[in-house]
Order: sequence, then C-alpha cells, then structure tokens
Amino acid sequence: MKILVCVSKAPDTTSKIAFTNNNSSFDEAGVNFIVNPYDEWYALVRALELKEAQGGNVTVLSVGGIDYEQIIRKALAIGADDAVRIDAPEADALSVSTHIANYAKDKGFDLILCGKETINYNGSVVPGMVAELLDMPLVALAAKLDVANGVATCEREVTGGMEVLEVNLPAVISAAKGMAEQRIPNMRGIMAARTKALEVVSFENASATTSVNNYEMPPAKSACKFVDPANAAELITLLHQEAKVI
Amino acid sequence: MKTIVFAEHLNGKFTKSSLEAVSYASAWSVSTGGTCIAVTYGIIDASVLGTAGANEVWKLDALSTADGEQITKLMLAAQKESGATAIVLSQDLIGKSVAPRLSVRLKAGLVSGASFLPTGNIVKKNVFSGKAIAHVTVNSEISIVTVLPNSYGVNASGAACPVTAFSAEVGTARVRVKEVRVEESESIPLPEADKVVSAGRGMKGPENWGMIEELAKELGAATACSRPVSDIGWRPHHEHVGQTGIAIRPNLYIAVGISGAIQHLAGVNGSKVIVVINKDPEAAFFKAADYGIIGDAFEVVPQLIAAAKAFNATK
Repeated sequence: MKILVCVSKAPDTTSKIAFTNNNSSFDEAGVNFIVNPYDEWYALVRALELKEAQGGNVTVLSVGGIDYEQIIRKALAIGADDAVRIDAPEADALSVSTHIANYAKDKGFDLILCGKETINYNGSVVPGMVAELLDMPLVALAAKLDVANGVATCEREVTGGMEVLEVNLPAVISAAKGMAEQRIPNMRGIMAARTKALEVVSFENASATTSVNNYEMPPAKSACKFVDPANAAELITLLHQEAKVI
Repeated sequence: MKTIVFAEHLNGKFTKSSLEAVSYASAWSVSTGGTCIAVTYGIIDASVLGTAGANEVWKLDALSTADGEQITKLMLAAQKESGATAIVLSQDLIGKSVAPRLSVRLKAGLVSGASFLPTGNIVKKNVFSGKAIAHVTVNSEISIVTVLPNSYGVNASGAACPVTAFSAEVGTARVRVKEVRVEESESIPLPEADKVVSAGRGMKGPENWGMIEELAKELGAATACSRPVSDIGWRPHHEHVGQTGIAIRPNLYIAVGISGAIQHLAGVNGSKVIVVINKDPEAAFFKAADYGIIGDAFEVVPQLIAAAKAFNATK
C-alpha cells in the first residue's frame, strides 16, 4: 500500500503568540516549530502501523521553504520511508492543496492521510480540497482507520455516538485523536532519517484566494473573582444572578 | 448580496449548528441588502428554517441521506441557480467535508471557522487555537464562510418561510455509512453542550468521578476531562478537551482539579464563563478564569451539588 502523509509545521504548543509588521505576520522570534500534532501523532503513526502490518511505503509531504527540513527529518525519524518538500510559500489552503494534488495526481497513492487541522490556522480545509482536486472521497475527522481489500473502514464521533464509515481506496482521510498513539523517535530512527531520501520539488503556479490581512489578540479576560471555599454555594448564586449562565 | 446556506437535520430536527449557520447567513445577507436561501434535502418540515432567518428554503426531496460529495453537488446546483455570491455552512463534520470542495470548484475563497460576521470582504476567524484572531481577506467573486459552532447564536425571531422543491443531479455516495453506534443516551454530547463540568488529576482516581457526574447532572451539563486523565484511562478519550482532543465553546465551563496547562486552555478558551476549582492558588488556570474557588474539590464539589439542588428546587 502506498501512503502519502501530508505534514505541516506549527509553533510548539507552549509558544508565545505575538505578531510583527503592524500585526500582519506571526512573530517567529524564539518560537520552536514542531510537526503539527494531528499530522504526526495520528496520521503519520497510523500510516506506519498500516505499513508495518500490510507492507508498503509511507511518504511524507510538506509544502514550504527550507525551514521545513527539520520537521520532515523528524517525520522520517519516526519511521516514514521517504519525503518530499514542495518548495513553495504556504500562501493559503487552496494553494497548498493544489501543490499537494499536483504532486500526488500520478503517483498512485492508495491513501492520503492528513491531520484533522493545524493547531496554528485551525482550518480543517486542506484534506477536503485535496480530495476534490484528485476526485477522491474524503472521510473527515476519523478517530479509527483500518484497511482491508482496498476498502478503508473508519470510525468517527458524531452527535450521540460513533459512526462507522466505509470507502473504497484511493481516498483522503483526515485524522482525529484516537487513530493512533504518539511515537517518540529512537536513536536508530534519528540516525536513519539523516540518509533517507528527501526530494525537493519546485512548484507550479497555484493561485491563492484568501490572504491574512492582520491579526489581533482576543480581548483580555477580566480578573478572576474568588469565592470563599467555606461558602462555595455562593458560586451557584453568582452564576445565576451575575453571569446569567444557569 | 444573495446568500445560500446548507442546513442539515437529524432525527427530524435541524441541527443546532445548522440553525446557527442559517442565522449567520441571514444576518450577512441583511447587512448587504440581499436575501438568504437555505438549502436542505429529505423528508422534513423545512419552513422552520425561516424562524432562524432564511427568506426561503430550497429542498431536494428525493434524497434521504447524503455524503459530502452529494451535498457539494447540491450546493453547486443551488449556487448556479441562485447566482449567490456568498455561501455559508457550519464548521461541523459536513462543513469540513463540503466547504473545501465548493471552494475548489467555484475558485472561491474559503474562511473556515468564522465567529463574526464579515465586514466587506474581510472575515475574522480564531487562529492559534483561540489565542489570536486573524482578519482574512477573500480575493474572489464568491465567498465561502463556515461558522464555528457555538460562536454565533441562533436568532429565532423570524417566521416560517416558503419551501420550494429543488432538483439537482447529485450522483451516488462514495462514503458508505455502515453503522451508527448510539452511546448512552442520557449524557449530553460534549461538542454541543451549553454547560460542561470537567475534571483532572486532582480527582485522584476514576472512582471519585461520581460527584463530577452528579454536579453535571444537577446543572444540565456534559462531563469532560483533561488529557492526563484520558491518557491513563480514568475517562474515555472522547471526553478529552484540549489542544489535541476536542475544542469546546460552552457558555459555562467548570474545571475541577485541572491545573490549566496551555494545551488544555487551547481547547476551552472560547468558553463564555470559566470557573476554576483548585486547591493550588498558583494554578495557571485561575488567570483564565472568571470565577475561582481555592479549595479541596472533595469539600467544594459536594457543597456545589447541594446548592445546585436547592437552586433547581426554586425554579
């Protein structure tokens, strides 16, 4: 089975979020970038598990500049076989998806896996765009994935329960919590990653339809109002009369 | 500006997130002097979508269930027929499957997870898991917006509206639903819950969750937990809220024995009112809280249960 896993980079979850250039761009100073957790913990690890059980090949793909190399090496250290970097700016979801689809269209991937969203842009858009561009079905936010006889079986959370879905391959699947458990790369993996193939592909033109004008910080929270623990019942009164939420 | 909005229904009722999307689409069309058409399918009285703000409903009767590609084709047909330049869906499972496809097909800019109405061609959306807001410019003739659930309220001040039968060729579903396993029907689904009582490692063990469930029951709230608690198996994974679990935006979020790591906050910082109960006065969560109680959960929670019972008795 040939599996493509799309990985994005994201600021470490403990990063300070700040902006520069009149609040028009994210301030990367001192920020440590990691593999987007949904892409790494769930999509990539499940792809590796499927390969280990059934044979095949796992390719990781990123769209972005040279600063993506450490992200890609991490994915290779976790166990991906090879990697591709499309050397293009991450202009918007449509342009990134177009780059992914242009690369993947004639490679015969059985499965294209993505995380359900990035933790910086929270879009949840790229998997659906890639599916449309490649004329493939999509299962969004799968929490479980199995593949047998060319059919992917997914489970996902819906209102009031779990839904079991089936789809013929090739398909695009976006991964939510539950699909796999995080893997920490070992020394052998890290050493091996240094020599694994990382192909850099120059990009074809892909137009963007949105752009970020500027950023703002959410309004600051007012100070916390403390209730005496000996008179905790007061909280219920405050929630009713002051906050009006019960 | 003419706006079309997709509305989904389940067990004979339109979903809350769909009604929010209809109210959003309606307000957007009103702000630009246009009208709002809600699009749906199947056997249901769709005139009620007028109460949430739709001026009319177009309904494809001859379809009982639909996958993302079929809904995409339905919305493409409705866009073509209406000439709408604004398309709205909820940022729920359907919106996440359909809106990206529409964006590709119509070469239309998509802003996903918006929580405010657009101003001109600028749409605001939460980014960095709610730690910042981006102002996104849409550079295309048609704009598509998906609305973050629980961020834009349902405005139910309208009246029932006319429903027109609509026909469109939507093909067959490639995603097949094999089974839906309904889970314990009493509990409130977390993503839609208006109130949530959540607990963490401070509860010391799964055997102590009875009081969390009881407080939740008295308040009509869903239960949730922090990541460590779901990782060690005290609570099911689907209750884990946070950066890598699910993000929720209830009106009331009560956190018991959760320190408030930044990853946890990322999943709950959209909550309107946050209450933190923790015996550590230095717990980071107090900085994000509206109300706090510095005290032992095992002493505080029983008092809250008693007070909630007394409050319910007066209603």
